[in-house]
Amino acid sequence: MIEFYLNGQPQRLDAVDPNMSILTFLRTKMSLTGTKEGCASGDCGACTVAIGSLDPQAPSRIRYDNVNSCIAVVGSLHGKHLVTVDALAGARPHPVQQAMVDHHAAQCGFCTPGIVMSLFTLHHAAHAQRQSPSEIQMLDALSGNLCRCTGYRPILAAGEAACRQDPTTDSDTAVPQADASGWLDNPAMCAELARIAEAHAILELREHGRYDAPQTLDELRRLRRDHPEARLIAGGTDLMLEVTQQLKQIAHLIDLTRIEALQQIETRPDGLQIGAAVTYRALEPILSERWPAVGALLKRLGSSQIRNRGTLGGNIGNASPIGDMPPILIALGAVLELDSTDGVRRLPIDDFFLDYKRTALKPHEFIRGVFIPDQDPAALLKVYKVSKRIDDDISAVLGAFSLTLNAGIVTDCRLAYGGMAAIPKRAHRAEQMLIGRPWDEAAVADAMAALAEDFSPMSDVRASADYRRHVAGNLIRRAWLETVSGQMHPSSTFPTTVFDYAHTHD
Amino acid sequence: MRTLTTDPTPGAGLPRSEAHGLAGTAAPHESNWLHVRGQARYIDDLPEPTGLLHAAVGHSTQAHARIRAMDLSAVRAAPGVIDVITVADVPGHTDIGPVFPGDALLAGELVEHVGQPLFAVAATSHGAARRAARLAQVTYEPLEPTLTAEAALERQSFVRPTHVQLRGDPDGVLAGAPCRLQAEMRVGGQEHFYLESQVCLAEPMEDEGVFIHTSSQHPTEVQKLVAEVLALPFHSVQVEVRRMGGGFGGKETQAAPLACIAALLARRTGRAVKYRLSRPDDMIQTGKRHDFYNTYDIGFDGDGLLLGADIMVAGRCGYSADLSEAVVDRAMFHADNAYCLGDARVVGHRCKTHTVSNTAFRGFGGPQGMMIIERAMDDIARHLGLDPLDVRKRNLYRPGRDITHYGQHIDQHVLPDLIDALEASADYRQRRAEIAAFNRQSPVLKRGLALTPVKFGISFTAIHLNQAGALIHIYTDGSIHLNHGGTEMGQGLYTKIAQVVATVFRIDLSRIKVSATRTDKVPNTSPTAASSGSDLNGMAALDACEKIKRRLIQFAAERYGVDPDAVTFADNRVQVGADSVGWVELIQEAYLARVSLSDTGFYSTPKIHYDRDTGQGRPFLYFSHGAACSEVVIDTLTGEYKVMRVDILHDVGDSLNPAIDIGQIEGGFIQGMGWLTSEELVYDAAGRLLTNGPATYKIPAVSDTPPDFRVALWRNSPNREATVFRSKAVGEPPLMLGMSVWSALRDAVASLADYRYSPPLDTPATPERVLAAVMDTLDWADRNPATGNMADDPIDGTTGQSTGEQFGARP
Repeated sequence: MIEFYLNGQPQRLDAVDPNMSILTFLRTKMSLTGTKEGCASGDCGACTVAIGSLDPQAPSRIRYDNVNSCIAVVGSLHGKHLVTVDALAGARPHPVQQAMVDHHAAQCGFCTPGIVMSLFTLHHAAHAQRQSPSEIQMLDALSGNLCRCTGYRPILAAGEAACRQDPTTDSDTAVPQADASGWLDNPAMCAELARIAEAHAILELREHGRYDAPQTLDELRRLRRDHPEARLIAGGTDLMLEVTQQLKQIAHLIDLTRIEALQQIETRPDGLQIGAAVTYRALEPILSERWPAVGALLKRLGSSQIRNRGTLGGNIGNASPIGDMPPILIALGAVLELDSTDGVRRLPIDDFFLDYKRTALKPHEFIRGVFIPDQDPAALLKVYKVSKRIDDDISAVLGAFSLTLNAGIVTDCRLAYGGMAAIPKRAHRAEQMLIGRPWDEAAVADAMAALAEDFSPMSDVRASADYRRHVAGNLIRRAWLETVSGQMHPSSTFPTTVFDYAHTHD
Repeated sequence: MRTLTTDPTPGAGLPRSEAHGLAGTAAPHESNWLHVRGQARYIDDLPEPTGLLHAAVGHSTQAHARIRAMDLSAVRAAPGVIDVITVADVPGHTDIGPVFPGDALLAGELVEHVGQPLFAVAATSHGAARRAARLAQVTYEPLEPTLTAEAALERQSFVRPTHVQLRGDPDGVLAGAPCRLQAEMRVGGQEHFYLESQVCLAEPMEDEGVFIHTSSQHPTEVQKLVAEVLALPFHSVQVEVRRMGGGFGGKETQAAPLACIAALLARRTGRAVKYRLSRPDDMIQTGKRHDFYNTYDIGFDGDGLLLGADIMVAGRCGYSADLSEAVVDRAMFHADNAYCLGDARVVGHRCKTHTVSNTAFRGFGGPQGMMIIERAMDDIARHLGLDPLDVRKRNLYRPGRDITHYGQHIDQHVLPDLIDALEASADYRQRRAEIAAFNRQSPVLKRGLALTPVKFGISFTAIHLNQAGALIHIYTDGSIHLNHGGTEMGQGLYTKIAQVVATVFRIDLSRIKVSATRTDKVPNTSPTAASSGSDLNGMAALDACEKIKRRLIQFAAERYGVDPDAVTFADNRVQVGADSVGWVELIQEAYLARVSLSDTGFYSTPKIHYDRDTGQGRPFLYFSHGAACSEVVIDTLTGEYKVMRVDILHDVGDSLNPAIDIGQIEGGFIQGMGWLTSEELVYDAAGRLLTNGPATYKIPAVSDTPPDFRVALWRNSPNREATVFRSKAVGEPPLMLGMSVWSALRDAVASLADYRYSPPLDTPATPERVLAAVMDTLDWADRNPATGNMADDPIDGTTGQSTGEQFGARP
């Protein structure tokens, strides 16, 4: 049985298809049709709902995240508060709804409920912190909501008007009417959710399959040993596409999100230890602080909705050649911890990816965490993502370069790429062209040329092989242009990416 | 009715109150509160009838093949399956071509595109129907497919005959022109990506009829085709459209096949059937914007003035005609965009390919036609070392150069002044200089700027479609129920028409309700398309209102003993001579006096005609105009780019609703920008669409909206034609403002060769294509070094030597 709250009301489920998405549950089981299906693949945001989780730091408060309900399974609702647009349909409008109407921000209206919910989560966070969201936070909140009618300008204007916080306003009067009853942070509900979090969660429907949500590593190890055919699910942002797009029925799902050990980020004396089920959202602050280039990349990895669910372990275990984190982890020399009833083994991430979607993970193993060793203080990390669209797009090429320069000489470097081979992979030949040489145009040109020996990329919907080859080389060139000093070269006094340019012109 | 209600409207008894929401005011969209609360019902949200079944089709996996065998036993045996039909089970018509024959409801022996429906399944759930549809065993005998417009041109494979418009002696003028250029360009297609995929719900009626809820821009055509497929009289089929979750032309003809299949299954099973396409099925099975292969051969003088043009536009129509005759016509009608071509020939080909039948999409061929002449404008400018804006301005239609290549006289010259105003408000010249300076210094990033106009002809080019009807009831509480033939897809049509009605009676907009568009209320309607919705239906509603109003005036004049001229409507009241009567009071008195409070209205567009034999006529009642100035920055290492600032001035005549019009302009611009930049349809060599979902097909997202986005309406420019309150159509024209982004990208790339070279840039201009243009341009610059002659620098008179080292990608 799983327990959760839906729009302030307690729910219990035990006989439901464990593959069922929250969207299907809402629309077909609860007759709540405010939440729309636009794509059933987590790419358009029409199905956006808010999922409230108890804040571990302040258990009397709930943090609301926008989530694509079309690719989130009902089992993941255990211990959560699911809020849908239907709950904001009372007589008094939510400030977000009022602003959307005031700014003419809906035309056909089909994407609108999802946009309202994304702005609702932004508003809730802004109000809790009494701080107006920045422009970047606004774009981030809406990054997974496609609108085909408005061109977004009025939506941004509505979001800004609704979420603007006036610090001089008395906090009580600032409480929006729709929140005034306190139902979003109702203490009784919070207490109940805390109780539920301790309870066991299992969903089973004989004809459809089974959903386990273990709470300890031991339970997970046993489940993994006894059911090697079961699929592991955390955010499910990729796995669920098998259900919604390929119409597969996954007989047994094991949910990894309730095991505390998989959720931890730990600063160790020699590096950073990250649990496999840590979401991108949770990762962002710490990674941004250490490596701003990674922080910038995370803003463009999937959408807000995806980053709220997707996990580091999922991105690795999925072994896609175009996942964005693996090349970065390769460049940083990360080591994976693979866990099972046999114990824990550590494997450099370079050795984890064997071939297209094939990894060194054994059937009874799971990825427990990722260790990122502390870097040489002289090392530079450059991360460049190239895609057709800024928001929520999959990379044609991603380059992640770690470079250590000593008196102008490259003493160490790791050049890792996504999108260039069947697996995320280092460019060993190109690296050899750089190591031990001055970091100059000649060395860079040799490294660019050597990429032809490292990779034979393919042509697909995102880019041709030629483009990939060409861009992969130019990304090394960009790294060089950005790192040579201003006196030597005018490039380092000018931005070299359109994103940097855009930010300097905000 | 035994008693009349007391006036329920608060404040209605007050002496005078200015009426709210009249035409010209920024009234919110009538469904906005329902939208933001999730309460606006789309078809999949309707309460489901008991015993509802769900439909799905099995579709062809081959682009061109003969079907040798189709074994459906596994489909029939699948869990939840209630019925399976093939073309043999269709009682009536099996061809549902909207204009010309050629669209098979379900394939017979031949399949002509991947995604062509072969059979249909009704099952107890959406999932069960979709799973079952995948179980068919189909044996194909593959035939060679034709997949591109160019391949079809080579094989002379067309869905309709080629059409030519000829004016003057282009061959002679081209031969004698001081300057001459030739070029070709490929203009990509576009997926509609309405957020609500195609959907309908068919319910069997007590007799042989069906009731259809559909998400369609053309309920009358759905009615006709369903009736024909079921072999029923039209009166037995009722079709209702309350709203669509986006249409953009994609629901003009493409909704009908779903309705026909759902209706068939509903009649056979006696149960209601819902048919909703999953997103990938929608993208694979339904038509898109035509991609085009275009060429030009132009002659011009040393000032860049066009003297003659020979233009070819060839649209990839897919396997059937659908609306392609008119789409390619519109591309031809807009091959001049806003410029007088001089002596001109425009040839339009309708290429038959073994791909999904392409269809209407906002602009309807117009955008694809305009692209070739916009390319020519930039090319002339680079060839002569002029600013592209000056070339564009020089070629605008103006008195003396005011006859189009199809013979229409241009009599309202909006663009010269509008462009001057935009040039000033966007600081075009100053930014042009500043950008040139930046580009000389910046090693990797280059900025580009372009100002492009749009002139778009308003009217259906199929003349008979230019008609509309409306139905108006005034009830005895003074509330008004309004119906018309137009459909609501988010564009605010219902709101605008209600504003027209409110304005006639000078009463609050809140008194008027527009209900769902239904074939049993207003018959024989035209599609809501060609930007014509408010022009046609607004005039029809106006006609109905005027009829009722005349009766009310006559009644009031008689009752109060005044001259009819002394009866006027204002501020929610009616002035009758010296007396002021409340609106509700007058309506109730009229009812008691047995005056009819209901009427229909009708409108047909005057003045328009076109002769296909001569290729000459006046196909458009008038033109809508606009111009956009876009600034971009590109990355010469990867081809990535960002649109930084956009300024738009757009002509909507006297706006019916400025907020809605601005919304159409902004949304149209972004959609046009997406078409020309990130939205790429990729097919494989077997004709399969690879970009069949939002993961691979990228419409603009929130970060693509320019951070600086300034949109304004062109004021004080009422329509010269007698349209509804002198407004102009706004649905399609703004889409083509997106061309300024494409031109600005080309401008940024051209900076790499000191603006002496105009690189080809086919669309969509993805980062990959922009990078290819960058490399092409650097290559050209290597082969054509600048002479250092001051006069060669078109921008600010400085020499080409100061451009500095370029660090862009070199092959």
